Amino acid sequence: MSFTESLRHAVRRDQVFDFLIPDAGPRLDLSHQTILYLEDLTVSFDGFKAINNLNLYIEAGELRCIIGPNGAGKSTMMDIITGKTRPDSGSAWFGQSINLLNMSEADIAEAGIGRKFQKPTVFEMLTVFQNLELAMAQDKRVLALLRASLSAEQRDWIDHTLETIGLSELAQEPASKLSHGQKQWLEIGMLLMQQPKLLLVDEPVAGMTHQEMDRTAELLTSLAGERSVVVVEHDMDFVRSIARTVTVLHQGAVLAEGSMEQVQNDARVKQVYLGE
Amino acid sequence: MNRTSVFADDTGGKIFLMVLAVLCVVVPCANLLVPESSALHMSTYTVTLLGKYLCYALLAIAADLVWGYLGILSLGHGAFFALGGYGMGMYLMRQIGDRGVYGNPDLPDFMVFLNWDALPWFWYGFDQFWFAMLMVALVPGVLAFVFGWLAFRSRVTGVYLSIMTQALTYALMLAFFRNEMGFGGNNGLTDFKDLLGFSLQSDATRVGLFLASAIALALGYLVCRYIVRSRLGLLAVAVRDAESRTRFIGYKVEHAKLWLFTFSAVLAGIAGALYVPQVGIINPNEFSPLHSIELIVWVAVGGRATLFGAAAGAVAVNYGKTVFTAALPEVWLFALGALFVLVTLYLPKGIVGLAAMRRARA
Amino acid sequence: MLLPRKGCIGIQLLLVQIILLLLCSPLRAALMDEQDLAVLADGSYTDKRELVTSLPDRPGATALLPVLQTMLGGDLYLSESGQLISVTDADNDQYRIADLDSGDVTLADSKGDLKRVRINNSVRRILRRTIAQLQLRADDPAMRLAAVNQIIEKVDSDSVAIIREYYSDEQDTEVREAMAVVLAVGDLRTGDVALAGAAIETLSTSLEPVALNTLQQFMQGTDSALLARQAQDAIDAIEARVAVYENIETLYFGLSFGSVLVLAGIGLAITFGVMGVINMAHGELIMLGAYTTYVIQQLMPDMIGISIIIAIPAAFLVSALAGILMERLVIRHLYGNPLETLLATFGISLILQQTVRTIFSPLNKSVITPDWMSGLLEVNSVLSLTWNRLYIIVFCLMVFLALVFVMKKTPLGLQVRAVSQNRNMARAMGVRSQWVDALTFGLGSGIAGVAGVALSLITNVGPNLGQAYIIDSFMVVVFGGVGNLLGTLFAGMSLGVMNKVLEPSAGAVLAKILILVFIILFIQKRPQGLFPQRGRAAEG
Repeated sequence: MSFTESLRHAVRRDQVFDFLIPDAGPRLDLSHQTILYLEDLTVSFDGFKAINNLNLYIEAGELRCIIGPNGAGKSTMMDIITGKTRPDSGSAWFGQSINLLNMSEADIAEAGIGRKFQKPTVFEMLTVFQNLELAMAQDKRVLALLRASLSAEQRDWIDHTLETIGLSELAQEPASKLSHGQKQWLEIGMLLMQQPKLLLVDEPVAGMTHQEMDRTAELLTSLAGERSVVVVEHDMDFVRSIARTVTVLHQGAVLAEGSMEQVQNDARVKQVYLGE
Repeated sequence: MNRTSVFADDTGGKIFLMVLAVLCVVVPCANLLVPESSALHMSTYTVTLLGKYLCYALLAIAADLVWGYLGILSLGHGAFFALGGYGMGMYLMRQIGDRGVYGNPDLPDFMVFLNWDALPWFWYGFDQFWFAMLMVALVPGVLAFVFGWLAFRSRVTGVYLSIMTQALTYALMLAFFRNEMGFGGNNGLTDFKDLLGFSLQSDATRVGLFLASAIALALGYLVCRYIVRSRLGLLAVAVRDAESRTRFIGYKVEHAKLWLFTFSAVLAGIAGALYVPQVGIINPNEFSPLHSIELIVWVAVGGRATLFGAAAGAVAVNYGKTVFTAALPEVWLFALGALFVLVTLYLPKGIVGLAAMRRARA
Repeated sequence: MLLPRKGCIGIQLLLVQIILLLLCSPLRAALMDEQDLAVLADGSYTDKRELVTSLPDRPGATALLPVLQTMLGGDLYLSESGQLISVTDADNDQYRIADLDSGDVTLADSKGDLKRVRINNSVRRILRRTIAQLQLRADDPAMRLAAVNQIIEKVDSDSVAIIREYYSDEQDTEVREAMAVVLAVGDLRTGDVALAGAAIETLSTSLEPVALNTLQQFMQGTDSALLARQAQDAIDAIEARVAVYENIETLYFGLSFGSVLVLAGIGLAITFGVMGVINMAHGELIMLGAYTTYVIQQLMPDMIGISIIIAIPAAFLVSALAGILMERLVIRHLYGNPLETLLATFGISLILQQTVRTIFSPLNKSVITPDWMSGLLEVNSVLSLTWNRLYIIVFCLMVFLALVFVMKKTPLGLQVRAVSQNRNMARAMGVRSQWVDALTFGLGSGIAGVAGVALSLITNVGPNLGQAYIIDSFMVVVFGGVGNLLGTLFAGMSLGVMNKVLEPSAGAVLAKILILVFIILFIQKRPQGLFPQRGRAAEG
């Protein structure tokens, strides 16, 4: 029975409980210039293969756009990278040394992967400032949080981010009062506060004005280089404005990869997008 | 954003602590100094009643910490309260010594009655006050830790968790009803004589217990307030409103939940330990799911995620209960039931929320 | 909720039938003449023994069975006029005085002038033998079997002798087999090595306790290693078979208890699983069903048998209406807030409890089990199955199938599933979601009421009835996997069986605690229950 098994597992002397293992995982190793390896990934939900033998590599410092029709597996891929969904088979490595598949969401985030969700989720009851304060890279263990106080440096940092996302005026307002676009910005701000090595950005410009879109494009482009950025977006104009390399997903696998022009001229991509 | 003071923008909390301070002065004077003939005299019965309310208030604060801020609706907090109560009860039982009905210096009466010839191992040490007090905090704490570790690690949340906590307290109730458990079965522990050498019947001891409850409540409030104001408190609210999001910014939600839940259980245990010497009995009924769910309504009535509101709610509902059960006992359950329905439908933020709304409108 | 096992009800019933049959017989009085009566009244014990011994040879002697049985019980009295009277204790310190000839029964405060027929142990022995002889002569094989079975419960040398007397003439195989057991017991007890082998063989196929005892005694007494081993094999064989039957019985108890859990939980599986509403008043809806049964029985006291059948739809309606009312007045304002519904419905449960307490008093009421549900099916001396448990299992399965049918095959079920999967989409397709909500809630509540009918038959009906089952119901639903009717059935049955398997060794309360702990641990391991919903929908 699985219960006795887990009991036996619990008293094994050659292992310690998960929570006793120190949180600091292996360091991110970028010696091969590749920050993310997704190899032979497959996930199926009740027989439907959301991801089908997907192979994808992201270079360190790269800005990559991922496009694809609905149901192509974009969000599921993000879910796998951030630990929300476990694949049926395949491997996912962050740099050379970090295996993402046996880590929790929190560990993955702490290892340096930040994610902005398709539907912006901010902490509605907290102020904009507090949202950023929580997202800030810091010691995230319980006791440290209990004793934490805001240092001048941290305050400056948050203020700076507030300026970047244009929400300085609203810093003390609860996040629930923000408009959809402002929530998008707040989430981007939270992503920045995390100081991730790899940013996964799911539809960042939905609900934004053209002006805001341009600022977002500018921001994301400026981030790349030091960090790697993966953007999933439907808005082709936006993609065109930032893209260096574009990957097209279709039915859970990579259909085409290359510059925007290359991809646009690919016969298979045309077929998928335009139907025949 | 100023986090230097625990009291920053907490008018309600300030008032609450002031009321407590006033009670700490007035109640002992009115009971011990004012002669009985005077109209200002407060009977010992009233003092004990107030002390009881304060224990409930502490329990409500403990529940509010996890429900109001963390979003865990525990329907098993009564179990932690009762376990703390049993810890104190066991100490008080051992203090009886040979003054019991059977006059056995080594065994409590119920064990003599059950023909036991030796003290079970888990009763060892309870003749020492410090040990009993340690257990009062440790037993509920460890239980909450183990339960929470299992539950939060496998991400049991929402109603599932509520039902599991209810099953927990139900299982404990059934267990404590058994004579074989060694906690007095059906009748529980009672007939206490004295605490630390002070007779429980004397007015001064009753006043002392009242003061201890008031101080525990004030300290409990301050510690909870400190937690709520800390970054951990922010995290708690974040977890309550968007749990999975907090994971993606790198928080181990289960750890935060586990420690807050455990702390809350310890607080509930302390409340139970203060409660038992005042009411003079602890029995398995304290574990009944009804008690645990009733305390949730105290918090709901007062206003969740306010701490002092929960305390006020506990006192208000229990005062109502005292009045009703004396005057119209059969109406009490109707009133309590209606309270549940009305508060959830029309007063989701409780009395405190109502007051805030009034202020906002004025 | 456990009913006492009534081991020999079958035999008792048979005897009652015999007595009733014979009471009308005019033969009986004639068999006892003045002289016999005088012996009974004042004769020595030796005279009485002789009289009783001579009785079987008289024609039509079987008619005397009731008299002899009354005499054996020490309840036989003679009236002044020479009537044979049975005197037994009745309620209120009175005596029940029955004329064995006419069958007239009266109650009296004293025994008056009645004279008791005194007996001693030696007379008792003869009486037993005579009664057995008379019974073994009966024409009906069932009656003869009953007589042999009664003897088997207390085999002595006398009874062996009697059985031996009738064995050769017996035609009925079943009766012969039973007789063979008695004879084998007799043979083995003599210690005769020549007979032992065959006797052990015979006993090894019997499940009677006496067979096991005799074999054990024989084993301790015998010098022959071979026979001892043979006896041991026979004992092992018997014990193995007994164990099998005991397991079947445990399974049966478990399934019937499981059926109760399923009945209590399945309504919740609808309201909780399909609608996502935590209905803490579910237990009280069960209670309403139970009270409805009680009220209907009060309304038609002369038709207990039918009242239960009528109660089923009535309880369904009462609870369903209560549920719809709850849904319309309270719950519909709280959709999407499971924790709030939990609190509000808990409040409703308190109100319902108190209402019932006010109307019916806090005391427990009991519902009378109709005759057609009582009694038991005796498979053999180890295994007997009570009918009411069987009815509950069957009833549970019927309710389950009906519910599955409603959910899978009717337009309502389709709409319910549509609303539960995607409310907005369903509304866009023209489903009146409010109406569906109310009906679904009514359906789940109605099933609770039907469960109440079943519960009223096995437990007392009181205001706290619902509380006792609410946690069990939740456990069943959570264990089975929310939103899965088959899971609920499976979970309820397995929890029921688990409970009954644990009960003998752990005791009822501890068994319950162990199960709760098991479920708590199980949910940690598989938060979605036994049969989780999979895919994207489940994650959202």
